Amino acid sequence: MSGVPGAIAFCWARAQPDKIDEADLANDPIHQFQISKILPLEAMGLDISFTNSSLFMVATVGVSAAFLIMTTSGRGLIPSRLQSISEMCYEFVADLLRSSAGSEGMKFFPLVFSLFVFILMANLFGMFPYFFTVTSHIIVTAALALLVIGLVLVYGFWKNGLGFLKLFVPSGVPAVLIPLIVAIEVMSFISRPISLSVRLFANVLAGHITLKVFAGFIPMLSKIGFVGVVGAILPLGFTVALTALEFLVAFLQAYVFAILTCMYLNDAIHPSH
Amino acid sequence: MPPNDPSKSRESMPEKDDRRGDSDDSSLDERLQRLKSKLDNSQLAAKTATNGPDNAEKSKGAAGVGQAFRLSSEFIAGVVVGAGIGYLVDTFFGTSPWGLIVFLLLGFAAAVLNVMRAAGMVAESQMRLKPAHDMDKSPQDGEIDDPAEK
Repeated sequence: MSGVPGAIAFCWARAQPDKIDEADLANDPIHQFQISKILPLEAMGLDISFTNSSLFMVATVGVSAAFLIMTTSGRGLIPSRLQSISEMCYEFVADLLRSSAGSEGMKFFPLVFSLFVFILMANLFGMFPYFFTVTSHIIVTAALALLVIGLVLVYGFWKNGLGFLKLFVPSGVPAVLIPLIVAIEVMSFISRPISLSVRLFANVLAGHITLKVFAGFIPMLSKIGFVGVVGAILPLGFTVALTALEFLVAFLQAYVFAILTCMYLNDAIHPSH
Repeated sequence: MPPNDPSKSRESMPEKDDRRGDSDDSSLDERLQRLKSKLDNSQLAAKTATNGPDNAEKSKGAAGVGQAFRLSSEFIAGVVVGAGIGYLVDTFFGTSPWGLIVFLLLGFAAAVLNVMRAAGMVAESQMRLKPAHDMDKSPQDGEIDDPAEK
């Protein structure tokens, strides 16, 4: 399990009462999400500072791009271990897209693959102790979700014209019920970017806070003496288990985001119900 | 590529050597066509092979958790959107509290629809004729879509 070394490092970092000022830092589970400016910039009255969030976004893109380029540069007929990781990634997303949006959907493969890899890498980066988690901020996930929904709208209208509006009118509905059904369908469509962004952000945020709270119990308990140290084994165990769960969530949220992107793109490609 | 890739490429190697002489486009097209159909066949075969019991088991694990996350957030998003639209309607048209009441109810209905659609309980009208339900939106060409895939 790749989760265990990370968990140990995490717990170790949290369990050093002399290293961290436990009064404010160790027991403040929100502190890890604070944005700090690394390079203050301002253009046309807008604050476009290079923050720790920007730094980790650049790192996410850089590391994933470098990994993919370097591992596939060998172009081995029989892939090396690292090359087969890249190829598995490709196959996974390609199968996902092909099975939910058909072969026509493959023209969106670069987008879906980039989204999947970006979210996955950002989530995994967030699992390092003291790293910033990009996807724990709703502005980032909302931007990604709006990109997807915007593309669905633009491509849907461009490809199908007004026929795209058939998406909101299920066939075989009595005429009396059509206004009501259309209202419900439109609301259901509007809720898509919200559920897409909130799910990713909330899962990552809640997971990291839970992890931090449980890890924070360890120094708190161990301060009260021998009984406390023995008692601290329980939250330590929880922290290890939660770290494993967080790795699962990191992958799952990227997977769910990618598969829903595929399904929404499928609506744009084949709008009629 | 899957483990069967090297064998496939090995197969195609001798053909390449044979055809080095005539380099006209028609034979290349023909060969591309043949390789494409071969690839499609192998993909189809791989797909039917993975639709066995072990795939069903996998979908109970990781994908099941993903499904659970999806259902809860779909529901919340529907209600939140309804409440938000209702509130906006009220503030712009001064119809308080009727906008909130109507749109919250509509949002609730949309949320239930979202959840049932995500769970595959409500398929699109076209898909209702099919016995096997799948959780995604029905594509026109049903044979590409594979319900057991997820």
